[in-house]
Amino acid sequence: MSLVKKIVTWARIKSPWILHFNTGACNACDIEIIAALTPRYDLERFGIILKGTPRHADILVCSGPVTSQIKDRLIRIYEQMPEPKFVVAVGTCACSGGVFDGCYNVESGINAVIPVSAYIPGCPASPKAIIDGVVKLLTSLEEKEEAIKR
Amino acid sequence: MHNSEEFKIPFGPQHPALKEPESFSVALKGEKIMGVDIRLGYNHRGIEKAAEERTYIQDIYLIERVCGICSHAHATCFIQAVEEIANLVVPKRALYIRTLIAELERVHSHLLWLGVAGHEIGFDTLLMYSWRDREVVMDILALLTGNRVNYGMNTIGGVRRDIDPEQIQQTLKAVDILEERTKYYIEVATQETTIIKRLSGVGVVSYDDALRLDAVGPTARASGVKRDIRADDPYAAYAEISFDVITDDHCDVYGRTVVRVKELMESYKIIRQVLKNLPEGPIAVRAPRMIPAGEALSRYEAPRGEDVHYVKANGTDKPERVKIRAPTLANIQAVKHMLKDRYLADMPIVIAAIDPCFSCTDRLVSLSHIDSRDKKTITWPELHQFSIEWHKQQGIDFTQLNKQLEERLKKC
Repeated sequence: MSLVKKIVTWARIKSPWILHFNTGACNACDIEIIAALTPRYDLERFGIILKGTPRHADILVCSGPVTSQIKDRLIRIYEQMPEPKFVVAVGTCACSGGVFDGCYNVESGINAVIPVSAYIPGCPASPKAIIDGVVKLLTSLEEKEEAIKR
Repeated sequence: MHNSEEFKIPFGPQHPALKEPESFSVALKGEKIMGVDIRLGYNHRGIEKAAEERTYIQDIYLIERVCGICSHAHATCFIQAVEEIANLVVPKRALYIRTLIAELERVHSHLLWLGVAGHEIGFDTLLMYSWRDREVVMDILALLTGNRVNYGMNTIGGVRRDIDPEQIQQTLKAVDILEERTKYYIEVATQETTIIKRLSGVGVVSYDDALRLDAVGPTARASGVKRDIRADDPYAAYAEISFDVITDDHCDVYGRTVVRVKELMESYKIIRQVLKNLPEGPIAVRAPRMIPAGEALSRYEAPRGEDVHYVKANGTDKPERVKIRAPTLANIQAVKHMLKDRYLADMPIVIAAIDPCFSCTDRLVSLSHIDSRDKKTITWPELHQFSIEWHKQQGIDFTQLNKQLEERLKKC
């Protein structure tokens, strides 16, 4: 692995930028995601920062069961993100459709539309669970990196 | 681009200033907004239809998830309608506990809004401060109900959890802390030059316009309209509680900030009264599984304004029709008015000022003229024909393409 690539990977794991996208959620998971970024839980201490555009983001944080109107936009946003990219599904709706499963206007979860790297269940997922999920995702990336090195 | 030319820019569905997917098409002349087209529906999940397919008990939890921020509001509003149809007399203690949760929810929602408003005007310190304090009320909600958001506190005929003296003590302690902090926020909102200069004169809706556009909640009250369901048509325990309806005559975003911050103080007053006068007794009555036929309309003052639920029962364990009119749908018309002839830079804060909740709003709505009495059902071929005509009007015509396609298919 070249030195530049090493530095890029190190930076990516130590400071992942996230994009939050509401795919038809009830707002509960969204306010918990924001709560995780504010002083009590302070997700930013892991180097995570919320960005406004998909072109800057490493991790797409989705909440909601994917309504049929948002489906195309979700795919478009996912395609705009640079590689390597990861998707985190926050909340039971995003994982499996949850209480809205079977409604005429929703898909059953994010993974029906785009590939998902980490699932954080809960209705809504508490900020503690969100931090746990994100840290687990980062740890798994680190382990993968170690495996490649070996 | 030439300055006198009008051009359109899309705003959303994914936009850093919007926390929810919603699309605005803004017609601009230079920096000035000439008109706004609002397109709702990205969050439409089909809850009303889903409610018809589930039992009343399942519906409580479904309707709670119409909106995560005012979940107790929707659940209570729905249950009030069902209780009215079933002629249930809810125990007083249950009504008081409902009121308590409702006010705690208002506190959390208004503090949340204050932070979001601070963020939209680039005052992130306020976001971090108010969200830190909001955690105090979230802790109390978790203590009383078992969950931070989507409390699951209501059931038909009462509430599901009782509260004990120790919880009352902790809640009172938390209210003291919050009151102290809210006094500071009132000071910030009324004296801080940054806020006053940024928010004054932005998003103006006059008293007459607020009435004409059917604004509700803090949006209407900031324009001097004294309208609050808690006082006008008391539900739960509000009839036995004294509080003031806060109004303001600034008519702009600044006025809305002042109204919300002052309402926090009223909420603390209500919470203290509820905890002091909490009656003894059972917390729920047994409700029948089958709700007798009938219909009811229920109103509730959610943190964002008047919430209306209509329920029609047909004697089975599932409702025949549930209709939800959330406060943001009433306020969204005012946004269009507020943005006209304003600058593009004001757009995020003006939208945020009504405290929009699009997951509440995205219901299926059909509008018909008040004079016309004709109610017709459109069949699928008619709808298809209508869409062809509509696209032709927009300058899109697929007739030629369709013919070519048919010819090719014939050849195959």
